Amino acid sequence: MKTVVGALLNFQGAWAAMEAVMQREPHFKPPVHPVLYIKPANTWCASGTAVGLAPEVDAVQAGPTLGVVFRRTAARVSERDALSFVAGYVAVNDLTIAHEAVLRPPMKQKCRDGFCPIGPITLAEHVPNPNALALRTWVNGELRQDHSTAHLRRSVQRLIADVTEFMSLHEGDILLVGVPEDPPLLHAGDEVSIEIEGVGRVTNRLVREGMAR
Amino acid sequence: MRTGRVVYGAAVHQCTPYEHGQILLDDGRVLDEHQVQWLVPFEVRTIFALALNYADHATELAAKSSADQGQFLKAQVSEPVVFLKGHNTLCGHNGLTRRPSDANFMHYECELSVVIGREAKNVPRARAMEFVGGYTVGNDYAIRNFLEPYYRPNLRVKSRDGCTALGPWFVPAGEVKDPMNLRLTTHVNGALVQEGNTRDMVHDIASLIEYLSSFMTLSPGDVIMTGTPKGSVDVKAGDEVVCEIEGLGALRNTLIADWSLTY
Repeated sequence: MKTVVGALLNFQGAWAAMEAVMQREPHFKPPVHPVLYIKPANTWCASGTAVGLAPEVDAVQAGPTLGVVFRRTAARVSERDALSFVAGYVAVNDLTIAHEAVLRPPMKQKCRDGFCPIGPITLAEHVPNPNALALRTWVNGELRQDHSTAHLRRSVQRLIADVTEFMSLHEGDILLVGVPEDPPLLHAGDEVSIEIEGVGRVTNRLVREGMAR
Repeated sequence: MRTGRVVYGAAVHQCTPYEHGQILLDDGRVLDEHQVQWLVPFEVRTIFALALNYADHATELAAKSSADQGQFLKAQVSEPVVFLKGHNTLCGHNGLTRRPSDANFMHYECELSVVIGREAKNVPRARAMEFVGGYTVGNDYAIRNFLEPYYRPNLRVKSRDGCTALGPWFVPAGEVKDPMNLRLTTHVNGALVQEGNTRDMVHDIASLIEYLSSFMTLSPGDVIMTGTPKGSVDVKAGDEVVCEIEGLGALRNTLIADWSLTY
């Protein structure tokens, strides 16, 4: 069984958008360490799977992100060695219900069934620099966001080092490097596709719950 | 029958309790509990844990916090504060857990841990207990001085390697008459430091299953660690921590220092 762990606020723009909030109650100051969350097993699904939205869920944010897949146990690894633990990369859609309050863990916002579509793996040897990949979100065939992992706050290597300092990642575990600011909003009926240059795509349709297959 | 999973002779075995604290391996051998390495007694899927699910523990933490934080803690309990832990955190009975050198307040949390037995989605409270497969004792370690108020309790506090001890036994639900009336204790180096009863949970087991299954599907092997009563004391490297729940067993863990990880 795998652990899928993601990082909040790891795009420069996402961080900038929160800077004022970080100074206020209940935060009072910016986080020093990566802000992490877990996408549990019930959220994982493949490209092509329909994702059901519960009746109380009107809209969800697309969650374009690069997933780093581990090939061997990474425990307390250095930034310099970090990429040697990587098997490859996947396009992931870290579906999220918008939430301004980031005090409590995002259970209802990020942990619903099917909220973590994961695309097919591309081996690391084919991805020379994970910190310079175009990250695009398509909704119903229309390009809605064109971003890049060049805008990460912590590079992929830095993030691996900071996470594995206390949390070992094992073969098959996935680290999500962050979602950019202003994610496109999605509704039931939409087909959303996350595309990462040189890595691949993950495409899913959102449906009203009860109609998911 | 309650079961454990152990390593003996470099092979994994199932075991059951025998006489005088001994264990009976699946192949008939009788051993002392210290002759084996104990694994987590079931295949774990998602690890859920509750913060502030005993009113006395919430009050205790509030007393140690600023006034603002104290008010926040009280407001939190109207809806369960649930967080997730990674598989890297798991260890079994008689396990070793690292206390980092820069921790200044690391504490155990003795918790009734509920193992889901069958798939649960949109389960009403009245039927929730039908979805419980069994129980085990959990120790949900935390390092309080690593708290940051973002997705709190943050993973650096709670999702650390070896910081979720579970065991020794998986106890089938049928063997536990009233899971909402079990005494919990923690002893550190033999001294009683924590004492409570599961009847004092803010959100009981049935409510937690109803709550979680209202927005996500629970599956066999999911474990819900239901929170801890008051009695948080800083533990140091070398301390032996024993969490015990009436009728379920006693889960032992020993703290180790950073230096034991250097080479």
